[in-house]
Amino acid sequence: MNQYLILLHDRKDFGSDLSPEDMQRIIGEYVAWSERLRSAGKLLGGEKLCDGEGKVLREKSGKATVTDGPFSEGKEVVGGYFLIQAESYEEALGLCRGNPHTKYGGTLELRRIEVLDGH
Amino acid sequence: MNHGTHELVEHLFRAESGRMLAALVRILGARRIELAEEAVQDALVRALRTWPIRGVPTNPRAWLATAAKNAALDQLRRARETDDHESELVVWSVREGRSFELVHDDELADDTLRMMFLCCHPDVPEEARATLILKTVGGFHVKEIARAYLATEEAIAQRLVRAKRRLVEGGASFEWPPEAELAERYDAVLEALYLLFNEGYSACSGEELLRADCLKEALRLASLLATHPATRSPKVDALVALMCFQASRSRARVDDAGNVLLLEDQDRRLWDRALIARGFRHLERATVANELTTYHVEAGIAACHAAAPNFEATDWERIVYFYDLALERNDSPVVRLNRAVAIAERDGNWAALAELDELEHHPRMARFFLFFAVRGELERRAGRNDRAQRAFERALELPCTAPERELVQRRLARCTGSAPTIFGTTGKR
Repeated sequence: MNQYLILLHDRKDFGSDLSPEDMQRIIGEYVAWSERLRSAGKLLGGEKLCDGEGKVLREKSGKATVTDGPFSEGKEVVGGYFLIQAESYEEALGLCRGNPHTKYGGTLELRRIEVLDGH
Repeated sequence: MNHGTHELVEHLFRAESGRMLAALVRILGARRIELAEEAVQDALVRALRTWPIRGVPTNPRAWLATAAKNAALDQLRRARETDDHESELVVWSVREGRSFELVHDDELADDTLRMMFLCCHPDVPEEARATLILKTVGGFHVKEIARAYLATEEAIAQRLVRAKRRLVEGGASFEWPPEAELAERYDAVLEALYLLFNEGYSACSGEELLRADCLKEALRLASLLATHPATRSPKVDALVALMCFQASRSRARVDDAGNVLLLEDQDRRLWDRALIARGFRHLERATVANELTTYHVEAGIAACHAAAPNFEATDWERIVYFYDLALERNDSPVVRLNRAVAIAERDGNWAALAELDELEHHPRMARFFLFFAVRGELERRAGRNDRAQRAFERALELPCTAPERELVQRRLARCTGSAPTIFGTTGKR
């Protein structure tokens, strides 16, 4: 069994033009999705990253820089992640389907967590 | 995952946004109503970004209150305003954290009632009051209000902005209205709820579900006034009774094709019996005093319909009596027209047509869709098809809603003999 990370790239302005009723409905859709995965034993965890803050560290010709970010670049930021388990990318993709994130303008990035023997 | 996954109560966000806004305006003052609105929106957006991943928290209301408190404090600091409200905000959000039962219902109701009184402040233009109540107390979004009431979003948004500006500039207060203004403000609140309900009830082409929600909200708020010790009165009981009777027919008044059905064509088995019973309970309470208001008269008429097992068994005698009472209070041609419809059922078409003849020269009737729609129908029943046709055709030239237009077109088709293909109703006559 492999572990996969689902990175949720959010639209930065997501939610600002939604009605309270819409917001509640959308939350319900996500919760229904995670409940389905959880009851199938596929969902291992998930966390939300803090909005509007973060640091980016870089080094160029021996000079270290720290900037606020990464929210200055592009319209999307990683807002959080889910950790799931699946046999294959195919199965993991199937599990991603039905997650409402893409429907509301976000992007899902699916990555397998590498496991090396002997580590 | 740290949170459990708790089911959210239906319409929780809508209800909470109204409650949180009222609490914030109480603490921060009416002049900061927009800051309060932003804080509420921030809190909801934060939930929208967090709960999908972490799940719904054990106490969603407490979570939202804390988020709204923090958002409000942030904004106060950003605006470099003194944060002398900080401790009150903290107390409020902590209070919301306790279990629901511990928070006194009257306390919650008090905020809501005061918010309604604020929305009906004399500084707020009359036509904006119902909209402002829907937005602030009801937690409805501008686009939802627009969809329910068939207005453009810009129009609703502008109306709200103007209303709030007037409140802020006029220095309106969130306090309970002073004794000298109370009666007037109270009447203004009832009037706004009445409009809210009526417009929703008659605007047949808005979005069905949303409109039903708006009607429910008007009924909820009127019921709150009717049960709260500080605001109950025979007048508001009459209003609630009227709303219950009208709302009880919601399911029966439109057929599957979306056509409006008049009382005589409705399937009365679809009327909501529980709402009707509730209406009669309020009507009983409304008549304890000797007060007679427009709401009493309208509720009385609605009660006659609610009590009739079928259209033929309607107590038209009593309905005409109520219209006579209404005319004593306010001799309006519209009431006379409605009375004529009741006269037709009580005394026959010719008697009703005679009433219309008297009304005909009234300037308001000359451009009133309903006058010609009624005239057409009465002429048709009396067997004068050519006159009926002329009246219906005149009606169609005047402003009316789409369902009203369709209704008249169907009637017109009946009297010209052309076989209509869009018949949604069962033509009983």
